[in-house]
Amino acid sequence: MENRIEKRIALNAPVARVWRALTDYREFGEWFRVALEGPFVVGQVSRGRILHPGYEHIVFEAMIQEMEPERLFSFTWPQIQYHDKERFSADYSHSPRTLVEFRLEPTAAGTMLTLTESGFESVPAAWRADALRGNDGGWTQQMKNIENYVDEKS
Amino acid sequence: MSTRSRSRKRTVRPQPAILFAALGDATRLALVGKLSSGQPASIAQLTAGSRLTRQAISKHLRVLERAGLVRSVRAGRESRIALDPHAIEEMQEYLDAVSRRWDQALARLKAFVED
Repeated sequence: MENRIEKRIALNAPVARVWRALTDYREFGEWFRVALEGPFVVGQVSRGRILHPGYEHIVFEAMIQEMEPERLFSFTWPQIQYHDKERFSADYSHSPRTLVEFRLEPTAAGTMLTLTESGFESVPAAWRADALRGNDGGWTQQMKNIENYVDEKS
Repeated sequence: MSTRSRSRKRTVRPQPAILFAALGDATRLALVGKLSSGQPASIAQLTAGSRLTRQAISKHLRVLERAGLVRSVRAGRESRIALDPHAIEEMQEYLDAVSRRWDQALARLKAFVED
Protein backbone atom coordinates (compact mmCIF):
# COMPACT_ATOMS: atom_id res chain seq x y z
CA MET A 1 0.00 0.00 0.00
CA GLU A 2 1.18 3.46 -0.89
CA ASN A 3 1.24 5.47 2.30
CA ARG A 4 2.79 8.65 1.07
CA ILE A 5 1.63 11.48 -1.13
CA GLU A 6 3.55 12.80 -4.10
CA LYS A 7 2.50 15.65 -6.35
CA ARG A 8 4.33 17.26 -9.23
CA ILE A 9 3.30 20.62 -10.52
CA ALA A 10 4.84 22.73 -13.29
CA LEU A 11 5.04 26.40 -12.37
CA ASN A 12 5.59 29.19 -14.87
CA ALA A 13 7.91 31.05 -12.53
CA PRO A 14 11.67 30.86 -11.95
CA VAL A 15 12.98 28.73 -9.08
CA ALA A 16 14.08 31.85 -7.19
CA ARG A 17 10.48 33.10 -7.20
CA VAL A 18 9.08 29.72 -6.11
CA TRP A 19 11.74 29.39 -3.41
CA ARG A 20 10.71 32.74 -1.96
CA ALA A 21 7.01 31.82 -2.04
CA LEU A 22 7.82 28.64 -0.12
CA THR A 23 10.31 29.85 2.43
CA ASP A 24 9.48 33.48 3.14
CA TYR A 25 6.99 33.07 6.00
CA ARG A 26 4.81 35.97 4.83
CA GLU A 27 4.63 34.66 1.27
CA PHE A 28 4.03 31.09 2.47
CA GLY A 29 1.22 32.47 4.60
CA GLU A 30 -0.38 34.16 1.56
CA TRP A 31 -1.03 31.02 -0.45
CA PHE A 32 -1.18 28.51 2.38
CA ARG A 33 -3.56 30.81 4.23
CA VAL A 34 -1.85 30.97 7.58
CA ALA A 35 -0.73 33.93 9.68
CA LEU A 36 2.74 32.85 10.79
CA GLU A 37 4.40 34.50 13.77
CA GLY A 38 7.94 34.52 12.41
CA PRO A 39 10.43 33.32 9.78
CA PHE A 40 11.24 29.69 9.05
CA VAL A 41 14.50 28.66 10.70
CA VAL A 42 16.06 25.20 10.38
CA GLY A 43 15.69 23.27 13.64
CA GLN A 44 12.99 25.59 14.93
CA VAL A 45 9.24 25.43 15.22
CA SER A 46 7.09 27.87 13.28
CA ARG A 47 3.55 28.57 14.44
CA GLY A 48 0.57 30.47 13.21
CA ARG A 49 -3.19 30.68 12.83
CA ILE A 50 -4.95 29.13 9.88
CA LEU A 51 -6.84 31.78 7.88
CA HIS A 52 -9.40 29.53 6.15
CA PRO A 53 -12.88 30.74 7.01
CA GLY A 54 -14.26 28.38 9.63
CA TYR A 55 -10.84 26.99 10.49
CA GLU A 56 -9.34 29.95 12.29
CA HIS A 57 -9.18 27.96 15.53
CA ILE A 58 -6.59 25.59 14.02
CA VAL A 59 -2.98 26.17 14.97
CA PHE A 60 -0.38 25.61 12.24
CA GLU A 61 2.87 24.18 13.54
CA ALA A 62 5.89 23.10 11.54
CA MET A 63 9.35 21.98 12.64
CA ILE A 64 11.72 23.11 9.90
CA GLN A 65 14.07 20.33 8.80
CA GLU A 66 15.98 21.45 5.73
CA MET A 67 16.40 24.61 3.69
CA GLU A 68 18.70 23.98 0.75
CA PRO A 69 18.34 27.18 -1.31
CA GLU A 70 16.28 26.77 -4.48
CA ARG A 71 16.38 22.98 -4.14
CA LEU A 72 14.77 21.59 -1.02
CA PHE A 73 12.53 22.87 1.76
CA SER A 74 11.23 20.38 4.31
CA PHE A 75 9.45 20.32 7.62
CA THR A 76 7.53 17.92 9.86
CA TRP A 77 4.10 18.75 11.13
CA PRO A 78 1.51 17.06 13.32
CA GLN A 79 -1.50 15.32 11.88
CA ILE A 80 -4.67 16.85 13.20
CA GLN A 81 -7.19 14.42 14.64
CA TYR A 82 -10.20 16.73 14.71
CA HIS A 83 -10.56 19.78 12.53
CA ASP A 84 -13.88 20.95 13.94
CA LYS A 85 -13.84 23.69 16.53
CA GLU A 86 -15.59 21.67 19.24
CA ARG A 87 -13.04 18.89 19.34
CA PHE A 88 -9.86 20.49 18.02
CA SER A 89 -6.87 20.51 20.38
CA ALA A 90 -3.69 22.50 19.83
CA ASP A 91 -1.73 20.12 22.04
CA TYR A 92 0.26 18.25 19.43
CA SER A 93 2.69 16.62 21.86
CA HIS A 94 1.22 13.15 21.19
CA SER A 95 0.25 13.72 17.58
CA PRO A 96 1.83 11.59 14.88
CA ARG A 97 3.98 13.72 12.58
CA THR A 98 4.53 13.51 8.86
CA LEU A 99 7.39 14.86 6.76
CA VAL A 100 6.61 17.42 4.06
CA GLU A 101 9.22 18.01 1.35
CA PHE A 102 9.21 20.54 -1.46
CA ARG A 103 11.77 19.86 -4.20
CA LEU A 104 12.46 22.40 -6.90
CA GLU A 105 13.99 21.80 -10.32
CA PRO A 106 14.53 24.47 -12.95
CA THR A 107 12.82 23.81 -16.30
CA ALA A 108 12.67 25.71 -19.58
CA ALA A 109 9.29 27.14 -18.60
CA GLY A 110 10.15 27.80 -14.96
CA THR A 111 10.05 25.30 -12.13
CA MET A 112 9.02 21.71 -11.58
CA LEU A 113 7.86 21.45 -8.00
CA THR A 114 7.58 18.05 -6.35
CA LEU A 115 5.75 17.81 -3.08
CA THR A 116 5.90 14.70 -0.94
CA GLU A 117 4.31 14.00 2.39
CA SER A 118 5.35 10.78 4.10
CA GLY A 119 5.12 9.01 7.43
CA PHE A 120 1.40 8.30 7.41
CA GLU A 121 2.07 4.80 8.77
CA SER A 122 2.52 6.49 12.13
CA VAL A 123 -1.12 7.61 12.12
CA PRO A 124 -3.10 4.98 14.07
CA ALA A 125 -6.21 3.49 12.49
CA ALA A 126 -8.53 4.84 15.18
CA TRP A 127 -7.22 8.30 14.50
CA ARG A 128 -7.68 8.11 10.77
CA ALA A 129 -11.29 7.05 11.19
CA ASP A 130 -11.98 9.92 13.58
CA ALA A 131 -10.21 12.44 11.43
CA LEU A 132 -12.33 11.42 8.45
CA ARG A 133 -15.57 11.54 10.36
CA GLY A 134 -14.76 15.04 11.55
CA ASN A 135 -13.80 16.18 8.10
CA ASP A 136 -16.84 15.59 5.94
CA GLY A 137 -18.47 18.98 6.36
CA GLY A 138 -15.09 20.64 6.22
CA TRP A 139 -14.19 19.27 2.84
CA THR A 140 -17.42 20.33 1.24
CA GLN A 141 -16.64 23.83 2.45
CA GLN A 142 -13.07 23.59 1.18
CA MET A 143 -14.26 22.57 -2.26
CA LYS A 144 -16.54 25.61 -2.28
CA ASN A 145 -13.65 27.85 -1.29
CA ILE A 146 -11.56 26.67 -4.18
CA GLU A 147 -14.46 27.00 -6.61
CA ASN A 148 -15.05 30.57 -5.50
CA TYR A 149 -11.36 31.30 -5.74
CA VAL A 150 -11.08 29.92 -9.26
CA ASP A 151 -14.21 31.79 -10.32
CA GLU A 152 -12.82 35.04 -9.00
CA LYS A 153 -9.60 34.50 -10.89
CA SER A 154 -11.20 33.70 -14.24
CA MET B 1 -20.33 -5.36 10.98
CA SER B 2 -22.05 -2.06 11.59
CA THR B 3 -20.24 1.23 11.58
CA ARG B 4 -21.47 1.82 15.08
CA SER B 5 -19.90 -1.27 16.62
CA ARG B 6 -16.70 -0.69 14.69
CA SER B 7 -16.31 2.86 15.86
CA ARG B 8 -16.86 1.77 19.42
CA LYS B 9 -14.14 -0.81 19.11
CA ARG B 10 -11.78 1.74 17.61
CA THR B 11 -12.22 4.22 20.42
CA VAL B 12 -9.89 1.94 22.39
CA ARG B 13 -6.84 4.04 21.64
CA PRO B 14 -3.32 2.75 21.62
CA GLN B 15 -0.84 4.47 23.91
CA PRO B 16 0.17 7.69 22.15
CA ALA B 17 3.79 6.83 22.83
CA ILE B 18 3.44 3.67 20.72
CA LEU B 19 3.35 5.00 17.21
CA PHE B 20 2.55 2.51 14.56
CA ALA B 21 5.36 2.05 12.19
CA ALA B 22 3.20 -0.88 11.17
CA LEU B 23 3.87 -0.76 7.47
CA GLY B 24 7.32 0.74 7.66
CA ASP B 25 8.82 -2.73 8.00
CA ALA B 26 9.61 -5.15 5.18
CA THR B 27 8.41 -8.26 7.04
CA ARG B 28 5.09 -6.69 7.97
CA LEU B 29 4.61 -5.35 4.46
CA ALA B 30 5.25 -8.87 3.13
CA LEU B 31 2.68 -10.27 5.58
CA VAL B 32 0.11 -7.75 4.41
CA GLY B 33 1.01 -8.74 0.85
CA LYS B 34 0.40 -12.43 1.60
CA LEU B 35 -2.98 -11.60 3.09
CA SER B 36 -4.00 -9.22 0.35
CA SER B 37 -5.79 -11.98 -1.60
CA GLY B 38 -8.44 -11.66 1.10
CA GLN B 39 -8.04 -15.31 2.13
CA PRO B 40 -7.42 -15.74 5.89
CA ALA B 41 -4.21 -17.64 6.67
CA SER B 42 -2.92 -19.54 9.68
CA ILE B 43 0.27 -18.44 11.39
CA ALA B 44 1.91 -21.64 10.09
CA GLN B 45 1.02 -20.66 6.51
CA LEU B 46 2.35 -17.17 7.05
CA THR B 47 5.58 -18.53 8.54
CA ALA B 48 6.15 -20.98 5.66
CA GLY B 49 8.70 -19.64 3.22
CA SER B 50 9.96 -17.06 5.70
CA ARG B 51 13.29 -17.26 7.46
CA LEU B 52 11.65 -16.00 10.62
CA THR B 53 10.34 -18.13 13.45
CA ARG B 54 6.69 -18.55 14.22
CA GLN B 55 7.23 -16.42 17.34
CA ALA B 56 8.74 -13.60 15.31
CA ILE B 57 5.88 -13.73 12.81
CA SER B 58 3.36 -13.68 15.66
CA LYS B 59 5.03 -10.61 17.06
CA HIS B 60 4.80 -8.80 13.73
CA LEU B 61 1.16 -9.83 13.42
CA ARG B 62 0.43 -8.33 16.82
CA VAL B 63 1.86 -5.01 15.65
CA LEU B 64 -0.37 -5.17 12.58
CA GLU B 65 -3.35 -6.09 14.73
CA ARG B 66 -2.79 -3.14 17.06
CA ALA B 67 -2.63 -0.89 14.02
CA GLY B 68 -6.01 -2.29 12.99
CA LEU B 69 -4.64 -3.74 9.77
CA VAL B 70 -5.29 -7.41 10.47
CA ARG B 71 -7.61 -9.30 12.74
CA SER B 72 -7.89 -12.83 14.08
CA VAL B 73 -10.79 -14.86 12.81
CA ARG B 74 -11.93 -18.21 14.18
CA ALA B 75 -11.96 -21.13 11.81
CA GLY B 76 -13.22 -24.06 13.85
CA ARG B 77 -10.69 -24.65 16.61
CA GLU B 78 -7.99 -22.74 14.86
CA SER B 79 -7.54 -19.01 14.65
CA ARG B 80 -6.59 -17.50 11.34
CA ILE B 81 -5.35 -14.08 10.39
CA ALA B 82 -7.21 -11.92 7.91
CA LEU B 83 -6.56 -8.53 6.49
CA ASP B 84 -8.98 -5.89 7.67
CA PRO B 85 -9.94 -4.41 4.31
CA HIS B 86 -11.68 -1.61 6.08
CA ALA B 87 -8.42 -0.43 7.62
CA ILE B 88 -6.78 -0.33 4.20
CA GLU B 89 -9.75 1.57 2.81
CA GLU B 90 -9.63 3.99 5.69
CA MET B 91 -5.93 4.66 5.14
CA GLN B 92 -6.67 5.34 1.49
CA GLU B 93 -9.50 7.71 2.37
CA TYR B 94 -7.31 9.51 4.85
CA LEU B 95 -4.57 9.94 2.25
CA ASP B 96 -7.16 11.08 -0.31
CA ALA B 97 -8.33 13.78 2.10
CA VAL B 98 -4.76 15.00 2.68
CA SER B 99 -4.13 14.77 -1.05
CA ARG B 100 -7.12 16.99 -1.90
CA ARG B 101 -5.92 19.55 0.60
CA TRP B 102 -2.53 19.64 -1.13
CA ASP B 103 -4.15 19.97 -4.56
CA GLN B 104 -5.91 23.08 -3.34
CA ALA B 105 -2.86 24.55 -1.61
CA LEU B 106 -0.65 23.92 -4.66
CA ALA B 107 -3.23 25.50 -6.96
CA ARG B 108 -3.10 28.61 -4.78
CA LEU B 109 0.71 28.52 -4.83
CA LYS B 110 0.66 28.31 -8.62
CA ALA B 111 -1.66 31.29 -8.90
CA PHE B 112 0.49 33.15 -6.40
CA VAL B 113 3.86 32.69 -8.14
CA GLU B 114 2.52 33.06 -11.68
CA ASP B 115 0.67 36.26 -10.90
